[in-house]
Amino acid sequence: MSKPTAPDRLPARAGAEFVGSSLWQDAWKRLRKNLLAVASGWLLVFLAAACLVGPGLIAFTWGYDYETQDLAYGPRPPSWEHPFGTDFYGRDLLTRVLYGGRVSLSVGVLAALVAATIGTVYGAVSSYTGGLVDAVMMRAVDILYALPYMFLVIILVTILGKSLLLVFLALGAVGWLLTARIVRGQVMSLKEQDFVLAARSLGTPPGGIVFRHLIPNTLGPVIVTFTLTVPAMILQEAFLSFLGLGVQAPRPSLGALINDGANQMLVFWWTLAFPGGVMAAMLLALNFLGDGVRDALDPRMRH
Amino acid sequence: MRGYILWRLAGLVPTALVIVVASFALVRLAPGNPFASEREIPPQVRAALDAKYGFDRPLPEQFVRYLGNLLQGDLGLSTKYPQRSVNEIIAAGFPVTLSLAAVALVWSLMVGITAGIIGAVRQNTVWDHAAMAAALVGISIPSFVLGPVLVLVVSLRWQLLPPAGWGDWRHVILPGLTLGTIYAASIARLTRGGMLEVVRSDFIRTARAKGLPERLVIWRHMLKGGLLPVVSYLGPAIASMLTGSVVVEKIFNIPGIGPYFVDAAFNRDYFLVMGIVLLYAFFLLLMNLVVDVVYGLLDPRIEYP
Repeated sequence: MSKPTAPDRLPARAGAEFVGSSLWQDAWKRLRKNLLAVASGWLLVFLAAACLVGPGLIAFTWGYDYETQDLAYGPRPPSWEHPFGTDFYGRDLLTRVLYGGRVSLSVGVLAALVAATIGTVYGAVSSYTGGLVDAVMMRAVDILYALPYMFLVIILVTILGKSLLLVFLALGAVGWLLTARIVRGQVMSLKEQDFVLAARSLGTPPGGIVFRHLIPNTLGPVIVTFTLTVPAMILQEAFLSFLGLGVQAPRPSLGALINDGANQMLVFWWTLAFPGGVMAAMLLALNFLGDGVRDALDPRMRH
Repeated sequence: MRGYILWRLAGLVPTALVIVVASFALVRLAPGNPFASEREIPPQVRAALDAKYGFDRPLPEQFVRYLGNLLQGDLGLSTKYPQRSVNEIIAAGFPVTLSLAAVALVWSLMVGITAGIIGAVRQNTVWDHAAMAAALVGISIPSFVLGPVLVLVVSLRWQLLPPAGWGDWRHVILPGLTLGTIYAASIARLTRGGMLEVVRSDFIRTARAKGLPERLVIWRHMLKGGLLPVVSYLGPAIASMLTGSVVVEKIFNIPGIGPYFVDAAFNRDYFLVMGIVLLYAFFLLLMNLVVDVVYGLLDPRIEYP
């Protein structure tokens, strides 16, 4: 897993006939051989592109957006004009689902980024400092781990208000515990290795060692955790929206759309089927891709 | 062993104190107050309300009083539901939530461990791939999608179980399945991974070499290895089942504790929010302790100080 940061002044020992491949190239090769992961990756690219440009394209071509109502038209099943049907107020469901998907994807990625950043720095600093500081910092993680996570997010959201930015900050602020633990474990063994001793004897300050030498070597597990955190965060955001705590109407999010759909599924089945289907497909693809990334970066985990 | 448990129990005291202080600070330092959402209250009424709940006192004094009451098991009065104490609300709702989580836990363990064993024993066969694909699908279907679909099919189309409400055992099945499925999927993956982790160990080879039937090798030796990751996953899993039941309670209209919590957080119902958070936190601390002890019992390599 580790790729010791060797001084690059060393003469190249490998002959011209031998081309080495780095850990990342190896991992990339393995990932590309995993058909499910590749298919999931393309599906995600497609979904992300559709969510990103879809609403704008529809608005440009047909002139309505996610909140344009047509009460006379009302709720109608899928048709050529509205492939996902329309909701109770005659709003185009495809536009709303795409817009909701954009919210979900961006919240998922950003919250996972916040979580990964906090967790990595926290875990690395705690582990490298060691001693009492480490004990106190990890005790704090244990305590936070014991708190009912979702309740903490709900409190944070009601305190901070219901803006989208704050939702993902709240999710990320509570979601970094696992990363912190994993990074701490990695650094525990890394910091005893010779390249750290070398860096230290060259007079590198602790901050430099942590950020330049230790954290880059934990990136593998961090990326694996990150890819599996994204779907978890998307799920949490949908969970909040489902409870009415996330993105506020008339702006749609997948969780809120599913909530509406669940309330009227007997009459207007498509209002549940499409948001639910897109949400499940998105999570499935993210999980398959995350699994593939883990297998690629950490071959020991694969059986 | 007993020494270890006592030592861990003693360790809970400072942790619990930190949690009380932190949640008190979080809830009380938040902007807004319990009476802000209501329409114009005359100042005298407001003063009387503040006096009734002790909000007219300085914050540190309120904290000491809260802590004193807490030690006597009194969680205070709800500001949203003035006729009821927090203890009453919890006593009514928590058993419901707990039984829902229990059903979900049993369901997820049964299905998850079975699928995990199939995956590990028939590694890289169609059975394995089917079980693991099913697990990944299970992880990817949120409870708020699965719940309505189950209601639609099982309750409304087949008319087998009631679609919502709370009463007898038939009301707990669908919500339990809805809540537990996602964990069943994780448990299946963990069981399979854990069993494959030990499948090539010496003690398995020894067991086979001494002529133990394969069935016993699997059940008595491999499964033990497979259950280790599952056991350490159970702590967080139970935590997230309890909080995740908020959504399931909403879908199935179940009078658990979840709806109260969301309401209370919105209305700054200080004592009710605190009461529920503390209840869950202490419950989780205890569950984590139990999980650690069980883990030690299963893994003979762990020695207790």
